[in-house]
Amino acid sequence: MSTLRILVPVKRVIDYAVKPRVNKAQTAVETAGVKHSMNPFDELSVEESVRLREKHTAKTVEDILALSIGPPKAADTLRTAMAMGCDRSIHIEMAEKDEMLEPLQVAKILKEVVEKENRNLVILGKQSIDDDASQTGQMLAGLLGWGQAYGASEVTLEGDQLKVRREVDGGTEVVKGKLPMVVTTDLRLNEPRYASLPNIMKAKKKKLEKKKLEDFQFRAENRLKTLKVTEPPPRQGGGKVENVDGLISKLKELGAL
Amino acid sequence: MNASVLLRRTTLRAARPVPVSRTIVGSQFSRLASTLALFEQRDGKLQSSAQNVVTAAKQLGNPVIGFVAGKSAKEVAEQAAKIEGVDKVVYVANEAYEKGMPESYAPLVVENTDDVTHIVSMHSAFGKNVMPRLAALLDTQQISDIISVESPDTFVRPIYAGNAIATVQSTDAKKVITIRGTAFSNAPSGSGAAEVIEGKDSKHAGNVEWVGEDLTLSDRPDLDTASKVVSGGRGLKDKENFEKIMMPLADAMGAAIGASRAAVDSGFADNSLQVGQTGKVVAPELYLSVGISGAIQHLAGMKDSKVIAAINKDPDAPIFQVADVGLVADLFKAVPELTEKLKK
Repeated sequence: MSTLRILVPVKRVIDYAVKPRVNKAQTAVETAGVKHSMNPFDELSVEESVRLREKHTAKTVEDILALSIGPPKAADTLRTAMAMGCDRSIHIEMAEKDEMLEPLQVAKILKEVVEKENRNLVILGKQSIDDDASQTGQMLAGLLGWGQAYGASEVTLEGDQLKVRREVDGGTEVVKGKLPMVVTTDLRLNEPRYASLPNIMKAKKKKLEKKKLEDFQFRAENRLKTLKVTEPPPRQGGGKVENVDGLISKLKELGAL
Repeated sequence: MNASVLLRRTTLRAARPVPVSRTIVGSQFSRLASTLALFEQRDGKLQSSAQNVVTAAKQLGNPVIGFVAGKSAKEVAEQAAKIEGVDKVVYVANEAYEKGMPESYAPLVVENTDDVTHIVSMHSAFGKNVMPRLAALLDTQQISDIISVESPDTFVRPIYAGNAIATVQSTDAKKVITIRGTAFSNAPSGSGAAEVIEGKDSKHAGNVEWVGEDLTLSDRPDLDTASKVVSGGRGLKDKENFEKIMMPLADAMGAAIGASRAAVDSGFADNSLQVGQTGKVVAPELYLSVGISGAIQHLAGMKDSKVIAAINKDPDAPIFQVADVGLVADLFKAVPELTEKLKK
């Protein structure tokens, strides 16, 4: 068995149940006073890392390092990750007003962390539900020259190999790669646990290292300029019909049948 | 790949103005510049998504070069050459790229991007897997899931599950783009006669091995491209009902079957049928939702459908706010009745 040193990057995003509103200036989505939580796909990454340790001996998973890049409140997200079972975390703090980093920049920072912290497995969410880019994990794998498994629904450690079932169009496929590797999680991978109160208390004692963007080599410079952000064109509900016959005739009238 | 060559070329390009008009194809400025359109193939068959990719690629203003790799890539390239608007198709016939493994496929594409200003593919399982890796190798920030091309460097894409629409301008010399297929029409196929040429191949090896696959085969139309979709949700209660009620309805309508996340998570339907932010995005002529409340994550995957119809017993379900026609009824009665009446 290989010894795993896992990195789990997590992102603080607007809660998935909140309907985001575009700000008046049409420059971004309103975030002030809006409920935030851990990106749902990242909860799956944390859970999977903890399960890998539970499935194997404690020795197999040497440690699980959580990392977040974001405003001061991203520290809460890291506490949640540690309450779920991560051992320690790094918070790369940004100012509240700073523009969100793009996936390529995040991938470059993660590469530095991977090298400095001697990681051999990175588990990320397959997308963040704010930017919906679905890029960071694959970019990181490309920069590191590691194997990647995008959209994992099942992860099995076999010696120094990782076998991953991936969600693809039309079904699933299975790929196998030697560590080190980058895995991104699909929704079907697991059911994340709730952090229990004792674990939340314990997480407060775990190490949370603060860093700044300046501590890294990369140059913070967004390649994409956001020209504007608008509301999607609204859709008008067309009203209701009384019965199945009404439904059929309305659909015929609309030319849909 | 020689990194210094790439760097030099990138720097040169950055200093050169990017052509902004769509009408200057063939002019001196874009004589060499071109758009590489990545086409997907399966078992030697070109996937129909290539036609959407060509439509998007053409809007970028430069000649469109199709790219395919795999065991029977030459045959696939010949199929692709028939698509209208494709100027050239480059193929790499090598079984090593058959499964589109990103570790080998991404560097292969990079090797074939001389004078390419844009690289475009579908925002599909393949595109999501390969393109960001490719973008990282080219040190460019990818633009994902675009729904329109404003100019060769400005694109529109949905964010926050389609609750906001962002217009972004790329400052990168090479632009790596994935497109939302449903936002770009099918370029007609048949009359095109593009040149088919063999691409470069330094025989890139991957460090991940393809082991096997488990695909759901069905006679019904493909969810991504179907003109009609019937979609079932939690209201169907179990897998047996889902099959008993949705399948005959789909067959009576000639529709593809979709499902909400709740239905997929509860095991009523296969994962690959999920419609929504984290599943498939569809935009058929008719989307009929059955027993689906209409959470924002689901709406993200279907609200661009031409006509939306909904059957739900809860009159306050959010789905009715977007449905063109809604029926408040018990689906266990209404759907079989609808199926019977449609058969006539």
